[in-house]
Formats: sequence, structure tokens, C-alpha cells
Amino acid sequence: MADLRSNFLGIKSPNPFWLASAPPTDKEYNVRRAFEAGWGGVVWKTLGEEGPPVVNVSGPRYGAIHGADRRLLGLNNIELITDRPLEVNLREIKAVKRDWPDRALVVSLMVPCEQEPWEKILKAVEETGADGVELNFGCPHGMAERGMGSAVGQVPEYIEMVTRWVRNATRMPVIVKLTPNITNILYPAEAAMRGGADAVSLINTINSITSVDIDSFCPEPSIDGKGAHGGYCGPAVKPIALNMVAEIARNAETANLPISGIGGVTTWRDAVEFMTLGAGNVQVCTAAMTYGFKIVQEMISGLSQYMDEKGFTSIDEIVGRAVPNVKDWNELNLNFVTKAVIDQDTCIQCGRCYAACEDTSHQAIAMSEDRIFTVKDEECVACNLCVNVCPVEDCITMKELPLGALDERTGRKVEPYLNWPNHPNNTPANCGWDPEPAE
Amino acid sequence: MPINSSTPGIAAGRLPVDQIAAGFSDLDPPLSDHEALVAADRCYFCYDAPCTTACPTSIDIPLFIRQIATGTPEAAARTIFAQNVLGGICARVCPTETLCEEACVRETAEGEPVQIGRLQRYATDKLIFGGVQPFARAAETGRKIAVVGAGPAGLACAHRLAMHGHSVTIYDARPKGGGLNEYGIAAYKATDDFAQAELDWLMKIGGITIEYGRRLGNDLTLAALQEAHDAVFLGMGLAGVNAVALEGEHDGIESAVDWIASMRQSADKTDVPVGRNVVVIGGGMTAVDAAVQSKLLGAETVTIAYRRDQAAMPASGYEQDLATSKGVRLLFNAAPKALGPGEITLARTATKGGKLAETGEDITLPADQVLLAIGQTLAGAPEVLALDGGKIAITGPGRSSVPGIWAGGDCAAGGEDLTVTAVAEGRDAAEDIHASLMGGA
Repeated sequence: MADLRSNFLGIKSPNPFWLASAPPTDKEYNVRRAFEAGWGGVVWKTLGEEGPPVVNVSGPRYGAIHGADRRLLGLNNIELITDRPLEVNLREIKAVKRDWPDRALVVSLMVPCEQEPWEKILKAVEETGADGVELNFGCPHGMAERGMGSAVGQVPEYIEMVTRWVRNATRMPVIVKLTPNITNILYPAEAAMRGGADAVSLINTINSITSVDIDSFCPEPSIDGKGAHGGYCGPAVKPIALNMVAEIARNAETANLPISGIGGVTTWRDAVEFMTLGAGNVQVCTAAMTYGFKIVQEMISGLSQYMDEKGFTSIDEIVGRAVPNVKDWNELNLNFVTKAVIDQDTCIQCGRCYAACEDTSHQAIAMSEDRIFTVKDEECVACNLCVNVCPVEDCITMKELPLGALDERTGRKVEPYLNWPNHPNNTPANCGWDPEPAE
Repeated sequence: MPINSSTPGIAAGRLPVDQIAAGFSDLDPPLSDHEALVAADRCYFCYDAPCTTACPTSIDIPLFIRQIATGTPEAAARTIFAQNVLGGICARVCPTETLCEEACVRETAEGEPVQIGRLQRYATDKLIFGGVQPFARAAETGRKIAVVGAGPAGLACAHRLAMHGHSVTIYDARPKGGGLNEYGIAAYKATDDFAQAELDWLMKIGGITIEYGRRLGNDLTLAALQEAHDAVFLGMGLAGVNAVALEGEHDGIESAVDWIASMRQSADKTDVPVGRNVVVIGGGMTAVDAAVQSKLLGAETVTIAYRRDQAAMPASGYEQDLATSKGVRLLFNAAPKALGPGEITLARTATKGGKLAETGEDITLPADQVLLAIGQTLAGAPEVLALDGGKIAITGPGRSSVPGIWAGGDCAAGGEDLTVTAVAEGRDAAEDIHASLMGGA
């Protein structure tokens, strides 16, 4: 069993798997169950100002996208921040932290964009003994219309301002949670950093309409015949989240800003991917909401086995390990040539590679009368679509042509690294990139 | 003493009525909506799909399964019926394990094919039991066509002709239509009077009338049919059964086909006589159907005696497993030799140099009832027609040696004697008849 202990901003937890601020962390009862199941930490569901709590809809709060066999791929919600009184939440946070001192307990916050309410709630949270705060600048529905959540997160100046208020008002570590509903994730990340954030967490949910009822013509979830956009999460958003995490991790200005990775983490493997792209830990919500808290056991055992197999003794050895390999497109090697190869022993002859290539790509797969599918090297551009549509894992692989080998498609031999800026076709007429020195 | 499985001789009512009913219930129950979605999700939507190639009626299987998966089983049914208007019964009786499901790439991948047959039933049941006939007749052509036999070939032919606007009269020797669907196949494969429900549904196309009790050769001559119609399609199946000459006497020997036909017409099967010890001679689907149903009626022992080895047995592995799971014993390399009171003697055989020969060893089994399932023959074929291997010789899409007369299904030469093959032959003959009558228009 590898050492999975995590130290994120000085907040220690027995493993890097936290539950994100969301319905699973709204109450003492749930959080205790989560800790009993083995979760390393939780970010308590967002607290608002003292006074009458917000009111949620009493119709459906979630919409979903399903894959085969109703596997839940994407979840959308229109729930607001906690709808329980502030003092109840604070009392429960204090009780849970007292009983579970070894687990991380961070409190998510969202109050109006004024200095005083922030200072006031921070004081109350400090008294609970919580380990840190996460500023919810991401919630895309309901609260945004009231000038909070993503309404703040979409304006870098507001992020910087509020973060600075918070930074100056508390000794607790401050995590700023970012919304993906922006054009460039670096602007809010840099703003949070300027404001003094200890870390950013991302992504919050994505504006979405998951489906429309084509009988009633109402978006789902339908509330009395009407629907509003919600926040999208779950496995479907993971690629978007990975990219945004990587953008922050490889950006010079924010390269040393700790990141808590969020967005579709469902298995230990997803968590490792986030961490290799720079996340110091991960936060999970949809997977727990789909399968219950027990999934953390698979995450723990999987991460442990992976680390043992790789010889990693600390999760710090994973964090950021893939970041140097994330590049802009124009740094990619245009002389790298691969060809698809179909393993006839494992091919089940479904012909999906053929249909995909013949109909929608480069006509690079041949089909014989007895349904033997083979790649035409002289046509294959190595797009990888056949690999992606093949139902049999590892049946189709991409084989790299070594330096000097003949690429039958171009009739040229494989040459050393060449990127677009240095490519002879890179003329001002078609692009205008300045040539850069080759690696 | 009450009658039970051990009662000597041949007797009806060996099992309580509820036990018989349970035994004769649906072999493969229909898929629920949820089960259908789960099963449909497994289809890979193959290119030029092997399952479709394997289907004698070339049903576009990936398309109909995708239509089920996307919540439109009615559209799926239309896809099926467009190729095979008897897709309902075929979903129940097709040996899918040797056709579409054997070809399924998931059979290759995992040894577990997509459940094509059950999905086809799921879709087709929606329209058949919904009473929706998805096809409309073309404008009346004024052409009249006689179809002999209301079995799968005849019905498929009649329906396609009616679709094209022709008027069809079906002549059938029996009091009910459906052919082997009604009188032949195992009851547990077509429960709830399915053959009649399907027939009623099929007839909704209009333009088809059926005359029952009209056997070709009695009051019905081929010449008279030709005289009164623009074309004739023969799909009367195989009314004769093969005989075997055996020494000795036995008062419980019967054709399995005839025994099944009368058994199928019994409402609750408590009045169907079955032996305490039953021996079925043969190795095909009929043998399995007779043996399994004998067991379900309460026979104490049932043995299928097949003269060749297991590898040569025409009944599929699936059918063999079904038989053994019901308690039927499969005896291979055992050819019928002699009969005696309450017993049958079989000669043990072996294949030597490619030829089947008796080994000299005999085995005698107790047999209150002996059911012969050794094949059927074309009985009373009109002399004017050329034959091929004892069946009506055909070329192309069912053309007989006499212009204006087509044939298909079991009575026609060539092809496997399967329901689905008969449907394909009836359909293709109909298209050819239509083309010939309309001058290719």
C-alpha cells in the first residue's frame, strides 16, 4: 500500500480524494458517512449569509445524459447553495471537525460582493475549526443572477477584489473556485493569484441544457412546464476540466499556483490524470452521487496499486508530471508519422473502422470479400478514428514509423522533428507564424 | 389408481393441468422494455452486418436494433416486416443460433451474441398485438393469383402480392391457416395462439381471401387454378412422411408430425396421449420438438434415437441442449431395426470409411410409443411439374417447370426447410410474379 497522504496548502488528509462542495456535503449526516467510507476530505456545501436561507425548487433539480445501459455520463443541476440556516451548518461543521481531526474540512462560501459580509462569515467559519475556505465564484445558476457565483467568477477584477478581502481577513488557506463559463481560464486564475489566493479549484459546472422534452417542448429538468439552464458536471466534462487545469499549470505566471482538480473524476485513473496535469488533489461529486460514497475505496486501492507499480512513494511525484508534455499545437512534430495496424487475431470483423474511414475519413481501410479489414498505408493519415470507434480494446493500434522509414502516403522518408513555424509551407500567405528554432 | 408418469402404455393426463401449462409456456419470455434497451445497447451497428448476411430474408438487423434503442420499436417492426412479413413467428422459431446470432460479432468477441431473435420479437409484437398493419395495398391491378398453402411461404407470397395490388386467394387443406406455424412447431415456441394472431394481422393488408379445406388434388386441380387465375404459387409444404420398414408389430407407432399436429390443436394438452416410455426416431428439429413435448406431457422416459453421430445431427446444439435440459436422452449411432410389444430394437452403428454401417450390436429399449421423425415428403404433386429430389424443381425466384406456376417453401427443391427460408422464397416468388404480370412495369 503506497503512501497516499496529501498535504494541500498545509491541509492534511489521508488521501487526495475530497468531496466537492455539492449536495453530498450539505449536512453533517452525509459528511460523517463520507468520512466513514474513507474520503480524505470534504468541501462543505456553500454557505451563504446569515438570515433566511435561499429556497430551492421543489421540482426536479437534476437533468442527465446517459450512455449505454443508462450509464450516467453527464449531470446537470439547478440546485442553489445550502438552503439550511447558517448557524446549523456552522454547528455541524464544528462537530464533524472535532470528531474527524485527520480529515480535511474546507468550507465553501458565497456572500454578496461586499467586504463586510465576507469578513463576517470568515470569522464565523474560523470558529468552527475548519481547515480552510473555498470561494464559490462558479455557481452558474440562481446565485449568478443575484450578483454572486459565476457573476463574480466571470469578471477577473471582482475575483481579485473579493479574494483580497478574504486574504486580508483570515489566517485560513483560501481556495478560489473557478467557473469554466469564460473564454480563457487564465484570466480568472491570474486574478485569484493577484488577490492572494493560496490555490484555485476547477472546474465548477458548465452552463447547460441537458435535454428537451419533445412532447411538452420544455427543457429538462422541467419545473411547472419551464426550465432554466443548469450546471453540467460528471464524466462528460472531464476533458474540458483537464484542459483548463493544464492551461493554468503550464502558464508561467500561475505555474506555481496549487490546483484542486474538479470535473468528472470517476475513477482512480481520472484522479491520476488530473494530478499529472498539475492538480495537487481532486474533488469528486457526480461519481459519488451516482454510486455512493463507497467508490472511494476503488480510488484508494487503484491509486495505491498504480503508485506501487510505478515506484512512486508520494503523490507529489505524480503532480504535474505530464505538464511539460502539454504544448501548443505549433510545437508538435509534423514529421512524426504513425500508421494504424489492425490485429487480425482480435478483430471481430464488425467493420466499424471501415465505415468510419470509408464514409467520413480517408478511405484508408480495405475490406475483403470475407470481411478481412486491413489498413492501406498509402492512404492512412493516422487520424486514429478507427482506433476510437473499434469496440475491441487494443485491436487497432498506431504504429510509429522510425526515422528514415518510407511513408507510403507521402512517398517521403521520415525526417527529424519539424514544427509548423519552421515548416516550408508556413508562409505569410497561409498563416504568418514567426519561425521558431527547432527543439 | 390415478394416471401419472409411471402409468404403463399410452395415456393422456399424466401430469396435472397446471404443470402441463407451465411446461408449455413461453420458452423465451418476451423482453420487457428495460431488457430490450439493455439488449439493444449491445449492438455495434456493424458495417454490412454479418447478421443481416446470415438472415435468409436479409432483415436490416443493425437498423432495427438501433430503432429499438432509440425508443421506436414500431419503426423497428416496419424494418423487419419490409423484408420478412412473418418476422413475428421467425423471431420465435428461427434457429438464430445458427443464423444471425451465430454471425453476430459479439458471439465472436465474447461468446454472447446480441439477442437478435428476442429483440425482433419485442419489436414485431408491438405492431402485431397493436393490430397495426404497416403496409398499404397499391391500387387494384385486377390480377388474380392463386396461392396453395397458407403456411409461411404462401402467406409471405400472398402478402407481397396483395401489397402490389393483386387479388389473392389462398387454398389450404386444413381447417386453419398458418401451416407448420399452427400445426408443426413446438407449442412453447408460439404460445397464446400466436399463429392465428399473426395470420389475422397479416390479413389486414386486404386483398387476400383464404379457402380452407381445399387440398390440391381433391376437388382442386392445378389446371382449374391456372384457368381461373393469372398465376399460381404452390406453397403446400410436405404432406407426406417418410416410412421405414421394420420387422415386428407395434401398436404405438406414429408419425411425429401427425402426433404434433393433433397435440398442437389441443387446448390444455391434458387429453393428448403419450407413452410412459417414448422413443423418437430421427435427428432433426421435429424429433426434438416431439421428444421435448412428450416429456412435458409427462412421459417417464424419452429417448431420441439418431442413426448417425452427434456431429451429424441436424438439430442444432441449442436444440440438443434444450432436449437434454428437459430430461430427454440423446442416443446416437442407433438405427431402428425391429419392433416388439412395448419395445424397439436399435442397431448400433458406426461410420467407417465415410459410410454408416451397423456394428452388429443391438440395443432394445422399452417403448410404449414410437414417434417417427425421419423426414417428410411431397405428397400428390401435380404430375405436370418437374421434380428435383422428390420436390418441385424451381429455377430463380421459384419458377417451376410450367410457365405461370411458381413454388416455394418446403415443397420446392433447394434451400433449408426453415420458416424463414420459406418466407424468403414466397416473397421473392411474389416479386417475380408481379414483375411478370405487370410486364416489368
